[in-house]
Amino acid sequence: MEIKKTSLNKLHQINNAKFVEFAGYEMPIQYSKGIIEEHKFTRSHSGIFDVSHMGQLFIYGDESLTKELEKIFPLDLKNLKQNCSKYSFLMNEDAGIYDDLIITKIEEGYLIILNAACKDQDFEILSNLLGSKFKMNLDNNRSLIAIQGPKSVEILNSIINGVDQLNFMTGNWFDSDNQKLFVTRSGYTGEDGFEISISNDKAEKFVKNLIEKGAQLIGLGARDTLRMEAGLCLYGHELDINKTPVEANLRWAISKSRLSNGGFIGSKKIMNQMQDGASQIRVGIKPEGRLIAREKTKIFDDTDKQIGEITSGTFGPSVNGPIAMGYVDKEFSKVDTKILLEVRGKKHPANVCALPFYKKNYVKGVN
Amino acid sequence: MSEVKFSKEHEWITLEGDVATIGITKHATEMLGDIVFAELPEKGSNVEKDGTAGVVESTKAASDVYTPVSGEVVDTNQAIVDDPSKINEDPEGSAWFFKLKMKDQSEMDSLMNKEEYDKFAKESAS
Repeated sequence: MEIKKTSLNKLHQINNAKFVEFAGYEMPIQYSKGIIEEHKFTRSHSGIFDVSHMGQLFIYGDESLTKELEKIFPLDLKNLKQNCSKYSFLMNEDAGIYDDLIITKIEEGYLIILNAACKDQDFEILSNLLGSKFKMNLDNNRSLIAIQGPKSVEILNSIINGVDQLNFMTGNWFDSDNQKLFVTRSGYTGEDGFEISISNDKAEKFVKNLIEKGAQLIGLGARDTLRMEAGLCLYGHELDINKTPVEANLRWAISKSRLSNGGFIGSKKIMNQMQDGASQIRVGIKPEGRLIAREKTKIFDDTDKQIGEITSGTFGPSVNGPIAMGYVDKEFSKVDTKILLEVRGKKHPANVCALPFYKKNYVKGVN
Repeated sequence: MSEVKFSKEHEWITLEGDVATIGITKHATEMLGDIVFAELPEKGSNVEKDGTAGVVESTKAASDVYTPVSGEVVDTNQAIVDDPSKINEDPEGSAWFFKLKMKDQSEMDSLMNKEEYDKFAKESAS
Protein backbone atom coordinates (compact mmCIF):
# COMPACT_ATOMS: atom_id res chain seq x y z
CA MET A 1 0.00 0.00 0.00
CA GLU A 2 1.22 3.46 -0.86
CA ILE A 3 2.34 5.54 2.07
CA LYS A 4 -0.05 8.38 2.91
CA LYS A 5 1.07 11.97 3.33
CA THR A 6 -0.53 14.78 5.27
CA SER A 7 -1.17 18.22 3.79
CA LEU A 8 1.94 19.49 5.64
CA ASN A 9 4.34 16.97 4.10
CA LYS A 10 6.10 19.56 1.91
CA LEU A 11 6.48 21.93 4.83
CA HIS A 12 8.06 19.11 6.88
CA GLN A 13 10.53 18.48 4.07
CA ILE A 14 11.47 22.14 3.81
CA ASN A 15 12.11 22.09 7.56
CA ASN A 16 14.54 19.14 7.22
CA ALA A 17 12.29 16.57 8.83
CA LYS A 18 13.49 13.00 9.30
CA PHE A 19 10.53 10.87 8.34
CA VAL A 20 9.23 7.57 9.68
CA GLU A 21 6.23 5.53 8.69
CA PHE A 22 3.57 5.72 11.36
CA ALA A 23 0.18 4.04 10.94
CA GLY A 24 0.59 4.11 7.15
CA TYR A 25 1.59 7.79 7.03
CA GLU A 26 4.92 9.41 6.33
CA MET A 27 5.36 11.48 9.49
CA PRO A 28 8.21 13.64 10.85
CA ILE A 29 9.99 11.97 13.78
CA GLN A 30 12.19 15.02 14.30
CA TYR A 31 13.57 18.10 12.57
CA SER A 32 17.17 19.36 12.50
CA LYS A 33 17.35 20.43 16.16
CA GLY A 34 16.62 16.98 17.52
CA ILE A 35 14.21 15.48 20.01
CA ILE A 36 15.60 16.99 23.23
CA GLU A 37 15.70 20.56 21.88
CA GLU A 38 12.22 20.18 20.39
CA HIS A 39 10.91 18.78 23.66
CA LYS A 40 12.37 21.66 25.69
CA PHE A 41 11.15 24.26 23.20
CA THR A 42 7.60 22.95 23.60
CA ARG A 43 7.85 23.13 27.41
CA SER A 44 9.30 26.66 27.40
CA HIS A 45 7.76 28.20 24.30
CA SER A 46 5.39 26.77 21.70
CA GLY A 47 5.55 23.65 19.53
CA ILE A 48 3.48 22.81 16.45
CA PHE A 49 2.55 19.17 15.86
CA ASP A 50 1.08 17.75 12.68
CA VAL A 51 -1.44 15.22 13.95
CA SER A 52 -3.42 15.09 10.71
CA HIS A 53 -3.00 11.33 10.58
CA MET A 54 -5.47 11.09 13.45
CA GLY A 55 -9.11 10.47 12.64
CA GLN A 56 -11.68 13.25 12.82
CA LEU A 57 -15.03 11.54 13.00
CA PHE A 58 -18.13 13.71 12.83
CA ILE A 59 -21.38 12.01 13.82
CA TYR A 60 -24.51 14.04 13.23
CA GLY A 61 -27.66 13.71 15.34
CA ASP A 62 -29.76 14.96 18.23
CA GLU A 63 -30.73 13.47 21.63
CA SER A 64 -31.37 10.07 20.08
CA LEU A 65 -27.67 10.00 19.07
CA THR A 66 -26.65 10.89 22.63
CA LYS A 67 -28.73 7.98 23.87
CA GLU A 68 -27.10 5.57 21.42
CA LEU A 69 -23.58 6.78 22.22
CA GLU A 70 -24.20 6.30 25.95
CA LYS A 71 -24.71 2.60 25.16
CA ILE A 72 -21.16 2.60 23.78
CA PHE A 73 -19.07 5.03 25.87
CA PRO A 74 -18.78 5.14 29.70
CA LEU A 75 -19.73 8.82 29.70
CA ASP A 76 -22.56 10.97 30.97
CA LEU A 77 -23.16 12.49 27.55
CA LYS A 78 -26.68 13.65 28.44
CA ASN A 79 -25.20 16.16 30.86
CA LEU A 80 -22.18 17.05 28.74
CA LYS A 81 -22.48 20.67 27.69
CA GLN A 82 -22.13 21.69 24.08
CA ASN A 83 -18.48 22.33 23.10
CA CYS A 84 -17.15 20.31 26.07
CA SER A 85 -14.75 17.41 25.50
CA LYS A 86 -14.17 14.15 27.36
CA TYR A 87 -11.42 11.53 27.16
CA SER A 88 -12.90 8.07 26.67
CA PHE A 89 -12.51 4.61 25.09
CA LEU A 90 -14.12 2.37 22.55
CA MET A 91 -14.28 -1.06 24.21
CA ASN A 92 -15.40 -4.61 23.56
CA GLU A 93 -17.71 -6.60 25.88
CA ASP A 94 -14.73 -7.56 28.06
CA ALA A 95 -13.79 -3.88 28.42
CA GLY A 96 -10.74 -4.46 26.22
CA ILE A 97 -9.78 -1.19 24.56
CA TYR A 98 -10.14 -0.83 20.77
CA ASP A 99 -9.03 2.79 20.96
CA ASP A 100 -8.77 5.76 23.27
CA LEU A 101 -10.31 8.99 22.02
CA ILE A 102 -11.53 12.51 22.71
CA ILE A 103 -15.21 13.16 22.16
CA THR A 104 -16.64 16.68 21.93
CA LYS A 105 -20.30 17.60 21.87
CA ILE A 106 -20.85 20.02 19.00
CA GLU A 107 -24.01 21.75 17.82
CA GLU A 108 -24.53 19.24 15.02
CA GLY A 109 -23.74 16.13 17.09
CA TYR A 110 -20.33 14.86 18.13
CA LEU A 111 -16.73 15.13 16.98
CA ILE A 112 -14.51 12.21 17.95
CA ILE A 113 -10.71 12.31 17.56
CA LEU A 114 -9.33 8.80 16.95
CA ASN A 115 -5.86 7.27 16.79
CA ALA A 116 -4.46 6.97 13.27
CA ALA A 117 -3.79 3.25 13.47
CA CYS A 118 -7.29 2.55 14.82
CA LYS A 119 -9.53 5.00 12.96
CA ASP A 120 -10.72 2.77 10.13
CA GLN A 121 -11.58 -0.10 12.47
CA ASP A 122 -13.26 2.34 14.88
CA PHE A 123 -15.38 3.66 12.04
CA GLU A 124 -16.47 0.15 11.16
CA ILE A 125 -17.27 -0.77 14.77
CA LEU A 126 -19.23 2.43 15.34
CA SER A 127 -21.07 2.08 12.01
CA ASN A 128 -22.15 -1.42 13.00
CA LEU A 129 -23.26 -0.28 16.45
CA LEU A 130 -25.12 2.83 15.31
CA GLY A 131 -26.61 1.39 12.13
CA SER A 132 -27.57 3.79 9.38
CA LYS A 133 -29.62 6.13 11.56
CA PHE A 134 -26.91 8.78 11.88
CA LYS A 135 -24.70 10.39 9.28
CA MET A 136 -21.05 9.63 9.99
CA ASN A 137 -18.07 11.28 8.33
CA LEU A 138 -14.47 10.26 8.96
CA ASP A 139 -13.27 13.50 7.44
CA ASN A 140 -10.15 13.17 5.29
CA ASN A 141 -10.51 16.71 4.01
CA ARG A 142 -9.45 18.24 7.30
CA SER A 143 -5.99 18.43 8.85
CA LEU A 144 -5.40 18.46 12.60
CA ILE A 145 -2.73 20.74 14.01
CA ALA A 146 -1.75 20.84 17.69
CA ILE A 147 0.03 23.82 19.20
CA GLN A 148 1.39 23.18 22.67
CA GLY A 149 3.35 25.05 25.30
CA PRO A 150 3.10 28.22 27.41
CA LYS A 151 3.35 30.72 24.50
CA SER A 152 0.74 28.93 22.39
CA VAL A 153 -2.26 30.88 23.68
CA GLU A 154 -0.70 34.23 22.77
CA ILE A 155 0.47 33.01 19.36
CA LEU A 156 -2.80 31.32 18.38
CA ASN A 157 -4.93 34.16 19.71
CA SER A 158 -3.09 36.61 17.46
CA ILE A 159 -4.33 34.58 14.48
CA ILE A 160 -7.69 33.37 15.76
CA ASN A 161 -9.04 36.00 18.09
CA GLY A 162 -10.98 34.57 21.03
CA VAL A 163 -9.30 31.21 21.54
CA ASP A 164 -7.83 32.54 24.79
CA GLN A 165 -11.36 32.41 26.22
CA LEU A 166 -11.57 28.62 25.89
CA ASN A 167 -11.23 26.54 29.05
CA PHE A 168 -9.25 23.30 29.08
CA MET A 169 -11.21 20.46 27.41
CA THR A 170 -13.63 22.77 25.65
CA GLY A 171 -13.81 23.89 22.03
CA ASN A 172 -15.69 25.96 19.50
CA TRP A 173 -15.96 26.93 15.85
CA PHE A 174 -14.00 30.02 14.89
CA ASP A 175 -13.81 32.02 11.67
CA SER A 176 -10.38 32.70 10.24
CA ASP A 177 -9.20 33.39 6.71
CA ASN A 178 -12.74 32.90 5.36
CA GLN A 179 -13.21 29.44 6.74
CA LYS A 180 -14.50 27.63 9.80
CA LEU A 181 -11.96 26.11 12.15
CA PHE A 182 -12.83 23.91 15.09
CA VAL A 183 -10.47 24.69 17.95
CA THR A 184 -10.27 22.80 21.24
CA ARG A 185 -8.08 23.67 24.21
CA SER A 186 -6.43 20.31 24.66
CA GLY A 187 -3.40 18.29 23.73
CA TYR A 188 -1.18 15.44 24.72
CA THR A 189 2.02 16.99 26.04
CA GLY A 190 1.12 18.07 29.58
CA GLU A 191 1.19 21.69 28.46
CA ASP A 192 -1.50 24.26 27.84
CA GLY A 193 -2.37 24.22 24.17
CA PHE A 194 -4.88 23.78 21.37
CA GLU A 195 -5.84 21.42 18.59
CA ILE A 196 -7.10 23.02 15.40
CA SER A 197 -9.19 21.21 12.82
CA ILE A 198 -8.68 22.97 9.49
CA SER A 199 -9.38 22.14 5.86
CA ASN A 200 -6.40 20.56 4.09
CA ASP A 201 -5.94 23.35 1.54
CA LYS A 202 -5.55 25.97 4.28
CA ALA A 203 -3.35 23.97 6.65
CA GLU A 204 0.08 24.86 5.25
CA LYS A 205 -0.57 28.58 5.18
CA PHE A 206 -1.95 28.43 8.71
CA VAL A 207 1.11 26.60 10.07
CA LYS A 208 3.50 28.97 8.25
CA ASN A 209 1.68 31.77 10.02
CA LEU A 210 2.21 30.06 13.40
CA ILE A 211 5.92 29.67 12.61
CA GLU A 212 6.18 33.36 11.70
CA LYS A 213 4.75 34.19 15.12
CA GLY A 214 7.50 32.18 16.84
CA ALA A 215 6.18 28.64 17.18
CA GLN A 216 8.30 25.76 15.82
CA LEU A 217 7.52 22.43 14.20
CA ILE A 218 8.00 19.47 16.57
CA GLY A 219 8.24 15.82 15.52
CA LEU A 220 6.62 12.66 16.82
CA GLY A 221 9.80 11.80 18.76
CA ALA A 222 9.37 14.75 21.10
CA ARG A 223 5.62 14.21 21.16
CA ASP A 224 6.38 10.79 22.64
CA THR A 225 8.81 12.05 25.32
CA LEU A 226 6.39 14.87 26.18
CA ARG A 227 3.39 12.58 26.61
CA MET A 228 5.43 10.10 28.64
CA GLU A 229 6.57 12.81 31.04
CA ALA A 230 2.92 13.82 31.36
CA GLY A 231 2.07 10.19 32.25
CA LEU A 232 -0.29 9.85 29.28
CA CYS A 233 -1.07 6.53 27.59
CA LEU A 234 -0.27 5.77 23.96
CA TYR A 235 -2.45 3.25 22.17
CA GLY A 236 -0.50 0.14 21.16
CA HIS A 237 1.80 0.61 24.14
CA GLU A 238 -0.06 1.28 27.41
CA LEU A 239 -3.43 0.43 25.87
CA ASP A 240 -4.63 -2.43 23.69
CA ILE A 241 -7.48 -4.88 23.28
CA ASN A 242 -6.19 -6.96 26.25
CA LYS A 243 -6.21 -4.03 28.69
CA THR A 244 -9.17 -2.44 30.42
CA PRO A 245 -9.48 1.20 31.55
CA VAL A 246 -9.35 0.05 35.19
CA GLU A 247 -6.11 -1.86 34.59
CA ALA A 248 -4.75 1.18 32.75
CA ASN A 249 -5.45 3.26 35.86
CA LEU A 250 -7.86 5.44 33.91
CA ARG A 251 -10.91 5.01 36.15
CA TRP A 252 -11.10 8.81 36.43
CA ALA A 253 -12.27 8.87 32.81
CA ILE A 254 -15.34 6.75 33.56
CA SER A 255 -18.34 8.88 34.57
CA LYS A 256 -19.40 8.07 38.13
CA SER A 257 -23.06 8.35 37.22
CA ARG A 258 -22.66 5.55 34.66
CA LEU A 259 -21.16 3.09 37.14
CA SER A 260 -24.27 2.45 39.20
CA ASN A 261 -26.44 1.33 36.29
CA GLY A 262 -23.91 0.35 33.65
CA GLY A 263 -25.55 -0.13 30.28
CA PHE A 264 -22.46 0.61 28.18
CA ILE A 265 -20.31 -1.92 26.36
CA GLY A 266 -17.89 -3.52 28.81
CA SER A 267 -19.73 -2.16 31.86
CA LYS A 268 -19.98 -5.52 33.65
CA LYS A 269 -16.24 -6.10 33.59
CA ILE A 270 -15.53 -2.49 34.55
CA MET A 271 -17.94 -2.60 37.50
CA ASN A 272 -16.42 -5.89 38.71
CA GLN A 273 -12.89 -4.55 38.44
CA MET A 274 -13.84 -1.31 40.17
CA GLN A 275 -15.09 -3.37 43.10
CA ASP A 276 -12.49 -6.13 43.28
CA GLY A 277 -9.55 -4.28 41.75
CA ALA A 278 -7.63 -5.42 38.70
CA SER A 279 -4.88 -8.03 39.03
CA GLN A 280 -2.41 -5.83 37.11
CA ILE A 281 -2.29 -2.07 36.99
CA ARG A 282 -0.42 0.63 35.05
CA VAL A 283 2.16 2.53 37.09
CA GLY A 284 4.93 5.04 36.63
CA ILE A 285 8.46 3.66 36.98
CA LYS A 286 11.72 5.48 37.63
CA PRO A 287 14.88 3.45 36.99
CA GLU A 288 17.73 4.32 39.34
CA GLY A 289 20.72 6.03 37.71
CA ARG A 290 20.57 6.72 33.98
CA LEU A 291 19.41 3.33 32.76
CA ILE A 292 16.69 3.37 30.12
CA ALA A 293 14.17 0.53 30.20
CA ARG A 294 12.31 0.25 26.90
CA GLU A 295 9.00 -1.31 25.98
CA LYS A 296 8.85 -5.09 26.72
CA THR A 297 11.48 -4.88 29.49
CA LYS A 298 10.56 -7.51 32.09
CA ILE A 299 9.89 -6.41 35.66
CA PHE A 300 10.87 -8.65 38.61
CA ASP A 301 10.51 -8.65 42.39
CA ASP A 302 13.51 -9.43 44.64
CA THR A 303 12.74 -13.17 44.55
CA ASP A 304 13.26 -13.35 40.75
CA LYS A 305 9.55 -13.67 40.06
CA GLN A 306 8.34 -11.73 37.03
CA ILE A 307 5.70 -9.27 38.15
CA GLY A 308 5.14 -7.18 35.04
CA GLU A 309 6.40 -5.53 31.88
CA ILE A 310 7.35 -2.03 30.69
CA THR A 311 5.06 -0.54 28.02
CA SER A 312 6.99 2.72 27.28
CA GLY A 313 10.35 3.95 28.43
CA THR A 314 12.68 6.76 27.48
CA PHE A 315 14.83 9.59 28.75
CA GLY A 316 12.68 12.47 29.97
CA PRO A 317 14.39 15.71 28.87
CA SER A 318 12.52 17.93 31.38
CA VAL A 319 12.78 15.36 34.18
CA ASN A 320 16.45 14.99 33.18
CA GLY A 321 16.44 11.27 33.79
CA PRO A 322 14.99 7.99 32.62
CA ILE A 323 11.24 7.41 32.92
CA ALA A 324 8.94 4.52 32.11
CA MET A 325 5.42 3.20 32.43
CA GLY A 326 4.33 -0.38 32.68
CA TYR A 327 1.99 -2.91 34.20
CA VAL A 328 2.76 -4.64 37.52
CA ASP A 329 0.85 -7.08 39.72
CA LYS A 330 -1.52 -5.20 42.03
CA GLU A 331 0.53 -5.85 45.19
CA PHE A 332 3.54 -4.08 43.62
CA SER A 333 1.64 -1.01 42.39
CA LYS A 334 2.11 1.22 45.45
CA VAL A 335 4.32 4.29 45.05
CA ASP A 336 7.92 3.71 46.25
CA THR A 337 7.77 -0.08 45.79
CA LYS A 338 11.22 -1.36 44.84
CA ILE A 339 11.28 -3.41 41.64
CA LEU A 340 13.94 -4.80 39.28
CA LEU A 341 14.17 -4.25 35.52
CA GLU A 342 15.95 -6.75 33.29
CA VAL A 343 17.95 -4.87 30.67
CA ARG A 344 20.52 -6.67 28.48
CA GLY A 345 20.51 -9.68 30.80
CA LYS A 346 21.12 -7.79 34.04
CA LYS A 347 18.63 -6.73 36.69
CA HIS A 348 18.64 -3.06 37.64
CA PRO A 349 16.83 -1.38 40.56
CA ALA A 350 13.86 0.91 39.96
CA ASN A 351 10.98 2.42 41.91
CA VAL A 352 7.27 2.59 41.30
CA CYS A 353 6.36 6.28 41.28
CA ALA A 354 3.42 8.64 40.99
CA LEU A 355 2.32 9.98 37.60
CA PRO A 356 2.83 12.41 35.96
CA PHE A 357 6.62 12.67 35.98
CA TYR A 358 6.24 16.27 34.93
CA LYS A 359 3.63 18.60 36.43
CA LYS A 360 0.96 19.80 34.05
CA ASN A 361 0.26 23.41 33.20
CA TYR A 362 -3.35 23.18 32.06
CA VAL A 363 -5.46 26.30 32.14
CA LYS A 364 -8.67 26.08 34.12
CA GLY A 365 -11.30 28.70 34.65
CA VAL A 366 -10.49 31.42 32.13
CA ASN A 367 -14.10 32.49 32.46
CA MET B 1 49.87 8.73 17.11
CA SER B 2 48.66 6.75 14.12
CA GLU B 3 46.29 7.82 11.42
CA VAL B 4 42.60 7.62 12.43
CA LYS B 5 40.90 4.50 11.09
CA PHE B 6 37.22 3.68 10.83
CA SER B 7 34.99 0.59 10.96
CA LYS B 8 31.80 -0.26 9.09
CA GLU B 9 29.99 -0.16 12.43
CA HIS B 10 30.86 3.55 12.64
CA GLU B 11 33.64 3.41 15.24
CA TRP B 12 36.87 5.39 14.96
CA ILE B 13 40.21 4.14 16.31
CA THR B 14 43.69 5.58 16.84
CA LEU B 15 46.80 3.74 17.97
CA GLU B 16 49.55 4.99 20.27
CA GLY B 17 52.19 2.34 20.97
CA ASP B 18 50.05 -0.76 21.50
CA VAL B 19 47.10 1.13 23.07
CA ALA B 20 44.11 1.86 20.85
CA THR B 21 41.55 4.58 21.63
CA ILE B 22 38.04 3.89 20.30
CA GLY B 23 34.91 5.98 19.97
CA ILE B 24 31.91 6.41 17.68
CA THR B 25 31.93 8.67 14.64
CA LYS B 26 30.21 12.00 14.17
CA HIS B 27 28.16 10.37 11.44
CA ALA B 28 26.98 7.73 13.95
CA THR B 29 25.89 10.39 16.44
CA GLU B 30 23.98 12.20 13.71
CA MET B 31 22.15 8.98 12.86
CA LEU B 32 21.40 8.22 16.52
CA GLY B 33 20.21 11.66 17.56
CA ASP B 34 20.48 12.88 21.15
CA ILE B 35 22.45 10.33 23.18
CA VAL B 36 21.14 9.98 26.72
CA PHE B 37 22.85 6.84 28.02
CA ALA B 38 26.22 5.14 27.57
CA GLU B 39 27.47 1.84 28.92
CA LEU B 40 31.14 0.90 28.57
CA PRO B 41 33.05 -2.38 28.89
CA GLU B 42 34.67 -3.17 32.26
CA LYS B 43 38.27 -2.27 32.80
CA GLY B 44 40.40 -5.41 32.70
CA SER B 45 37.95 -7.32 30.51
CA ASN B 46 38.91 -8.70 27.13
CA VAL B 47 36.95 -7.80 24.00
CA GLU B 48 37.07 -9.49 20.60
CA LYS B 49 37.22 -7.78 17.19
CA ASP B 50 33.68 -7.00 15.95
CA GLY B 51 32.18 -8.02 19.32
CA THR B 52 29.95 -5.74 21.40
CA ALA B 53 31.79 -3.48 23.80
CA GLY B 54 29.13 -1.13 25.10
CA VAL B 55 25.77 0.42 24.44
CA VAL B 56 24.53 3.89 23.58
CA GLU B 57 20.91 4.93 23.81
CA SER B 58 19.23 7.88 22.19
CA THR B 59 15.77 9.14 23.10
CA LYS B 60 14.53 6.75 20.42
CA ALA B 61 16.45 3.48 20.72
CA ALA B 62 19.39 1.49 22.06
CA SER B 63 22.37 0.60 19.85
CA ASP B 64 25.33 -1.65 20.50
CA VAL B 65 28.84 -0.29 20.30
CA TYR B 66 31.31 -2.69 18.66
CA THR B 67 35.05 -2.85 18.95
CA PRO B 68 36.89 -2.87 15.63
CA VAL B 69 39.91 -4.67 17.17
CA SER B 70 40.61 -7.20 19.96
CA GLY B 71 42.33 -6.43 23.23
CA GLU B 72 42.21 -5.84 26.95
CA VAL B 73 40.25 -2.81 28.18
CA VAL B 74 42.78 -0.62 29.99
CA ASP B 75 40.72 2.55 30.39
CA THR B 76 37.14 3.81 29.96
CA ASN B 77 35.77 7.36 29.70
CA GLN B 78 33.58 7.89 32.78
CA ALA B 79 32.82 11.47 31.67
CA ILE B 80 30.52 10.25 28.86
CA VAL B 81 28.70 7.90 31.26
CA ASP B 82 28.05 10.80 33.65
CA ASP B 83 27.02 13.16 30.82
CA PRO B 84 26.17 11.28 27.60
CA SER B 85 25.36 14.54 25.77
CA LYS B 86 29.16 15.02 25.52
CA ILE B 87 29.10 12.27 22.86
CA ASN B 88 26.98 14.44 20.57
CA GLU B 89 29.17 17.46 21.27
CA ASP B 90 32.62 16.01 20.57
CA PRO B 91 32.32 12.41 19.34
CA GLU B 92 35.69 12.19 17.61
CA GLY B 93 37.60 14.02 20.34
CA SER B 94 37.06 14.20 24.10
CA ALA B 95 34.11 11.76 24.01
CA TRP B 96 36.19 8.63 23.34
CA PHE B 97 34.70 5.41 24.75
CA PHE B 98 37.50 3.04 25.80
CA LYS B 99 41.19 2.21 25.38
CA LEU B 100 42.43 -1.26 24.50
CA LYS B 101 45.81 -2.90 24.80
CA MET B 102 45.97 -4.55 21.39
CA LYS B 103 47.20 -8.09 20.82
CA ASP B 104 47.47 -8.07 17.08
CA GLN B 105 48.10 -4.73 15.40
CA SER B 106 47.51 -6.20 11.96
CA GLU B 107 43.79 -5.99 12.78
CA MET B 108 44.12 -2.30 11.96
CA ASP B 109 44.95 -3.09 8.33
CA SER B 110 41.42 -4.01 7.24
CA LEU B 111 39.91 -0.78 8.58
CA MET B 112 39.04 2.23 6.43
CA ASN B 113 40.89 5.53 6.26
CA LYS B 114 38.99 8.83 6.51
CA GLU B 115 38.34 9.21 2.84
CA GLU B 116 37.08 5.62 2.50
CA TYR B 117 34.89 5.96 5.57
CA ASP B 118 33.32 9.25 4.47
CA LYS B 119 32.38 7.62 1.18
CA PHE B 120 31.04 4.54 3.00
CA ALA B 121 29.01 6.67 5.44
CA LYS B 122 27.55 8.74 2.62
CA GLU B 123 26.52 5.64 0.70
CA SER B 124 25.08 3.80 3.71
CA ALA B 125 23.04 6.85 4.72
CA SER B 126 21.27 7.16 1.39
